[in-house]
Amino acid sequence: MTAPTVSSSADRPPAVGAAPRRASAWGRWRRRLSISGLIGLATVIFWLLVAALGPLLAPHGVGAIVADDSFASFSTQFPLGSDYLGRDVLSRILYGARYTVGLALAAAVLASSVGTALGLAAAVTGRWIDETMSRLLDALTCIPSKIFALVMVAGFGSSVPLLMLTAALTYLPGAYRIARSLAVNLNVMEYVEVARARGEGRAHIACSEILPNMIHPMLADFGLRFVFVVLLLSGLSFLGLGVQPPAADLGSLVRENISGLAEGAPAVLMPAFAIATLTIGVNLLIDSLPGRARRFAQGALR
Amino acid sequence: MSDLVRVSDLRVVACNDAGEERAIVKDVSFSIRQGEVLALIGESGSGKTTIALALMGYARSGCRVAAGSIQIGDTAVMSLDARELGQLRGRQVAYIAQSAAAAFNPVKRIMDQVIEGALIHGITSRAAAEAKAVAMFRSLALPDPEHIGQRYPHEVSGGQLQRLMAAMALITDPQLVILDEPTTALDVTTQIEVLRAFKRVVRELRTTAVYVSHDLAVVAQIADRIAVLNHGQICECGVTEQVLDAPCDSYTKALLGAARPAARHGQTKSAAVETVASPLLAIDGLTAGYGRRDGHGRPQKVVLKDISLSLGRGAALGVIGESGSGKSTLARVIAGLLPPASGAITFDGAPLPARLEERNREQLRRIQIVFQNADTALNPAHTVARILGRPLALYHGLGGRARDKRIAELLDRVRLPATIAERHCADLSGGQKQRINLARALAAQPDLILCDEVTSALDTVVGAAILDLMAELRRELGVSYLFISHDIATVRSICDEVVVLYAGCKVESTSRQTLSAAPSHPYTDLLVASVPELRRGWLEQVPPPAAVPRFGVESEAPGLCVFLQRCPVRIDGVCNVAAPAHVITRNGKQILCHHTEEELRH
Repeated sequence: MTAPTVSSSADRPPAVGAAPRRASAWGRWRRRLSISGLIGLATVIFWLLVAALGPLLAPHGVGAIVADDSFASFSTQFPLGSDYLGRDVLSRILYGARYTVGLALAAAVLASSVGTALGLAAAVTGRWIDETMSRLLDALTCIPSKIFALVMVAGFGSSVPLLMLTAALTYLPGAYRIARSLAVNLNVMEYVEVARARGEGRAHIACSEILPNMIHPMLADFGLRFVFVVLLLSGLSFLGLGVQPPAADLGSLVRENISGLAEGAPAVLMPAFAIATLTIGVNLLIDSLPGRARRFAQGALR
Repeated sequence: MSDLVRVSDLRVVACNDAGEERAIVKDVSFSIRQGEVLALIGESGSGKTTIALALMGYARSGCRVAAGSIQIGDTAVMSLDARELGQLRGRQVAYIAQSAAAAFNPVKRIMDQVIEGALIHGITSRAAAEAKAVAMFRSLALPDPEHIGQRYPHEVSGGQLQRLMAAMALITDPQLVILDEPTTALDVTTQIEVLRAFKRVVRELRTTAVYVSHDLAVVAQIADRIAVLNHGQICECGVTEQVLDAPCDSYTKALLGAARPAARHGQTKSAAVETVASPLLAIDGLTAGYGRRDGHGRPQKVVLKDISLSLGRGAALGVIGESGSGKSTLARVIAGLLPPASGAITFDGAPLPARLEERNREQLRRIQIVFQNADTALNPAHTVARILGRPLALYHGLGGRARDKRIAELLDRVRLPATIAERHCADLSGGQKQRINLARALAAQPDLILCDEVTSALDTVVGAAILDLMAELRRELGVSYLFISHDIATVRSICDEVVVLYAGCKVESTSRQTLSAAPSHPYTDLLVASVPELRRGWLEQVPPPAAVPRFGVESEAPGLCVFLQRCPVRIDGVCNVAAPAHVITRNGKQILCHHTEEELRH
């Protein structure tokens, strides 16, 4: 360890010299990850690559019926078998990952960034804005996420932007709650008081004094939201309300092949397995985020 | 007498995030005789609490006892299993922690908690334990010993709670009592009562005790022997008189030197004259508080009542008071963080707007505030350069190379190397952080620095260095200080003028020289007399507080003297009827009291 981050008070000898912390932030970060964290990181990178390059790697077109029998098992020709129409499951997953990962990523980024921005605004502006915003978003929280999504899809029809917006809107209040509680706690820290007494504006206090100290817990929260969105979208697709055929995300792959479950067809098992690895991988990565981030989170939430 | 406790070659290691082990207690050996009080003295991080906990066979999470043996009576502590340790703790070895408020369960009556130990260990019946507890309450000089056990923890004061905790520890007649900084969190006037009670009980019961503290003066009153710890090692262990009067070790000498503060006369030509001519800061009739305002604009909880004071250019004004007296609120009001309910602040001849938003940048620049705890006062996400650079950019429009140059100058001013600029505050020691905290205030080139308990969180030696630096800055830059502290010695060593606050009222204002001279406000008398002196026998020499005279009618009328409930010289028919007025004495003191100067002299 090159730079200890814990210092209780005056107990350490005043070691002063050139800062060692510049050396290699990435190297230090990676070394602090545990084994499970590394597995999570590898899984996440794998899925990001699949989402980016999947269609290029897919041996067959997304809708191409290539196999003679449906629900075929693993074979050299179709590594993950074939689905209920005789399409290549590997290709379907490679195409579908893009929807799941891309949509979930976009929705989670939207929910977390808007939530953080609103939470910060609520903390540094007056009481009324805070109260109004909090109550409005509380109201949104009490609508069950699936029902809300059903209403949205029923009202506006299913489309990719709508799914993204729905998922983002569903998880926005949670992100806002966390961001606000972090920001409110940080807002009474003495360094923020000092900045205020110095005559800093609200924007500076929010972005420069508070935000850097809540970014780590918000990143951890973002990872969780990402997982929630994946599960919500998969659930919607399973109900047939998500991405529409012939395109399919991982959730719809599970649904359309559900009849193969009885015979243990890879067509239904593999997409489910894909969803599981993606969400578990992200969770492993979050759980082993370097201690500093977690300590920040615990300190701020105390 | 035989040794009751024998510790040999105790080694405790702590494990950091990366899994590396580091010794925090290094091969410590000592013994305590039956009926003896041994003090473990040291600065934060010296391992004193770790040793004390090890005596109970306990190591905090992340730590473990790596080697050594601990013998208490016939028990070898290190060889006990979990169940046997449970038998040991609370029965043979009892522990009194620093914060009694955190050690009591708020939803249970005090008596149930005090006798819990005796019942768990099955020593006596409930009735016998309660009778014993009441006797203990009496010898600890607790008020109403028969009934205090029926109250809940929030219904008694902090000092009383600390004594109740002693009763809780002693109820099982333990062979060894560990007192871990039991008076550190208390105000001095409370501390002396608690110390007195502890000492009496320890003597009566002939208890063997380990007293953990950082305060030499407190330890001098109660310990038979002192072990001085530094970085997990015992530097010196001897009889109290020898350690205090003829220390052998250089570290002990440094510790003693810092505990006897020297005056740091920052100043100056003619501060007193200038104060009268044109004060830098003048406060008139200031009232402030928190919570909702009522129809007259008075806040729900009034913290400061009708405060008036003035501070000369280049002067240092000390504000003393116990916790809750409104000291920090005063600083926040002056800094503009809390708009007052009424009263006027004049800064450099011009009225200072109450609210931050109404102050112009120049007014903001000229008043800077430095908070007590540098850990929370410095943004952990920023580097030192960014922390110091921001006021430079904001107030002086400095950027690029000019700013870097100024940052280096500032670091040099506070005696830190320029290389520290690129580091984050988490990597710095407590003293270094407090210097950065000061440097940030200096970056604005202020006329007035509000110092809120700047040395309270620091060890004595480090705090003394900060005070030296502050005196030097004042000499060289002519900056004024409003210096807030609960510690009389600190205030006396750096300030010319002193204001004494009690419950939000200014009860006395005086110069440094006359602070402890008569006549004084009864509260100042009590405060000055309560500060422990670094010699043995001081505690016995301090007369116990005189009884408060009885009143015919207790009155709750507003505006009465705030010290009424504790005042030993209150007058029936005067103090409970009318508000006191300020008495100006011949030696220039201003005292808020009904007594005349002659009466206060007594």
